[in-house]
Amino acid sequence: MDALNTINNVFLIIAAAIRSLFADPHSVWANLTMDVIDFIIVVIIVVLAALILILLERKVAGWTSQRPGPNRLGPRGWFQTIADALKLMGKEDITPSGADKFIFKVAPMIIFSLPMMTLAVIPYGKGMAPINIDLGIFYFLAISAISTVAFIMAGWGSNNKYSLLGGMRAVAQMISYEIPLLFSLLGVVMITQSFNLGVIVEAQRTVPFILIQPLAFVIYIIAGLAEVNRAPFDLVEADQEVVAGPFTEYTGLRWGLFFLGEYGNMTAVSALAATVFLGGWQGPAPIPGWVWFWMKVGIIIFFMMWARWTFPRIRIDHLMHLAWKVLLPLSILNIFLTGLGIYIYRLVMGG
Amino acid sequence: MTIKETEELLLNMGPQHPSMHGLFRMVVNLEGETVTKLEPKMGYLHRGIEKLAESRTYSQFIPYTDRLDYLASPHNNWAYVQTVEKLMGLEIPERAEYLRVIFGELARIASHQVCIASTALDMAGWSAWSYAFRDRERICDMYEMTAGSRLTVNNMRIGGMSNEPPAEFWPALKSFLDDTPEMLEEYNGIFFGNEIAQGRLKSVGILSKELAENLSITGPCLRASGVNFDVRKAEPYSIYDRFDFNVPVRYGCDSYDRTIIRMDEIVESVKIIKQAVRDIPEGPIMAKVPKVIKPPVGEVYHRVENPKGELGFYIVSDGTTKPARLRIRAGTFINLQMLPIVSLGWKIQDVVAIFATLDAVLGEVDK
Repeated sequence: MDALNTINNVFLIIAAAIRSLFADPHSVWANLTMDVIDFIIVVIIVVLAALILILLERKVAGWTSQRPGPNRLGPRGWFQTIADALKLMGKEDITPSGADKFIFKVAPMIIFSLPMMTLAVIPYGKGMAPINIDLGIFYFLAISAISTVAFIMAGWGSNNKYSLLGGMRAVAQMISYEIPLLFSLLGVVMITQSFNLGVIVEAQRTVPFILIQPLAFVIYIIAGLAEVNRAPFDLVEADQEVVAGPFTEYTGLRWGLFFLGEYGNMTAVSALAATVFLGGWQGPAPIPGWVWFWMKVGIIIFFMMWARWTFPRIRIDHLMHLAWKVLLPLSILNIFLTGLGIYIYRLVMGG
Repeated sequence: MTIKETEELLLNMGPQHPSMHGLFRMVVNLEGETVTKLEPKMGYLHRGIEKLAESRTYSQFIPYTDRLDYLASPHNNWAYVQTVEKLMGLEIPERAEYLRVIFGELARIASHQVCIASTALDMAGWSAWSYAFRDRERICDMYEMTAGSRLTVNNMRIGGMSNEPPAEFWPALKSFLDDTPEMLEEYNGIFFGNEIAQGRLKSVGILSKELAENLSITGPCLRASGVNFDVRKAEPYSIYDRFDFNVPVRYGCDSYDRTIIRMDEIVESVKIIKQAVRDIPEGPIMAKVPKVIKPPVGEVYHRVENPKGELGFYIVSDGTTKPARLRIRAGTFINLQMLPIVSLGWKIQDVVAIFATLDAVLGEVDK
């Protein structure tokens, strides 16, 4: 049991060791050093997630469509993404002559920076949130809403009609789906009476919230898929219609940043789902907490990939109907039912 | 305050665009995402096949027909060689006729599978695409073991067939025919039965019966609009009058019916091939044809039911070894004329789906 505890808290022990190097472990300098280290770790998480997920996606795609997928480079093709990344670095960086150059160049940076900001508040284990803030969920949703701006920036700045169409689609879609996404999380907040993600995970010690809030979980997954522009809601970069949407004019690493951002956002949305609905780092078997956490994230990401390669793309008017006529009323109903449940609970328990 | 006038967005889709099958370009006027005007532009793949025919002998022209509708090349060979045979008054052996029917119907199945696959792909149904293409590979294998090539089969000659299918062809054919119900079940499960796919296709792009007749649409697109017309039944060529099969007709007139009618046609094609395999006689596969083909002076028109529409060849002979004039009635070229009318008022996304259901092959459209 001691060994398990050590593995469980291995990152906390390392952090404490680094802090103890300072004369005063809680001085400003020690805090600053830890913040820098936390930041580097989150960057590593985003880049590693993208590297692994791109390959995984291609493997899942191969698996669903009955072909081997990448299998040439390295053992079973595991080095394929590294080769692709190197190739991207060697590509020419093209800025279209008619582009709004500043906006064109800033958009991919914004997209790439967002998952790093959102992943910073996720508790990866007990006491392992890089930044522990009380408005965790609120902060997460506020930051992820910025990606809409980045998409329309890329779409407008490229001076390309396909990009503009894609950017307009992005705005319509992401603003519509933000509302059910937000409302679906409110039920959990009402039960725990906290926006803090650490507190929410602690509250799921006995029962994960997926069992108490199943409707909210379904709404969250659907709205989350739409929020990160994954199929069947990938209208933003629908290659059969608008070529690649806002990304059409991007080349090389700028395009790569969009890609990293997409997979980073996907990881962030799955991480929030694992934290809020699946009990975060807690699990029934004696496995280190951070392993539990990444397993849950992996399951949700696999589900997203599975859906992408199976479903055709939804029609744009059906997309809007789904958001405003189905998901929004359902999420409001969920809030109402949760409130009713809390009221009855207090009445019975006399709280 | 003055009201600023808004402008429609003019979008050039193609010729280099992911969902333009081959080299097709449509100039689209967009109001938001709604199409207000659509102009199809063709000719990017024009190779002047009709003119080339005038400087080739009758036999030399057969490989060119492969490059018309390259997804169903046996049909093009068939239509052409039958036209020449009709001009010369040739009788061809029974066995060759049966082999032609077998290859023609196999080509129909392969072509319809590609249509289902590409319709799914144009709606981002990636897996459905690979399922249909996986099954089409088996037909390509059968082509390969008979004629050596997988796409441009070119095994029909004026007066018969170039060669007998090898011994391993028949078991492969039988197992393929036995597996087709399972394949269709899979396409249904992964694509046609999907709620999103049905939402994308049903009651989209209505082609009414009157419009279809007025535009002289042919093939599955016509039959999905409720017109029972199939050249194989209306004007039986080759030995089609000997087989027992139905002409599938659907009355929905929409994109969904234009796609799923191809599933019904695959079932009928399997029926025809099974009867042909049962009845095929032994014997020669080539008629006695003179070394130098010199049809008498005259002109002839012959049409067959290509998987995508009616394919006709019109040949004028001046008694020499080369045709004086050759004209091709390409079914998909005429079918494409409905696109500007049917697409009006639909979103750009739906236009891509409508275009996919027409199953246009630009090799045939541009000739």
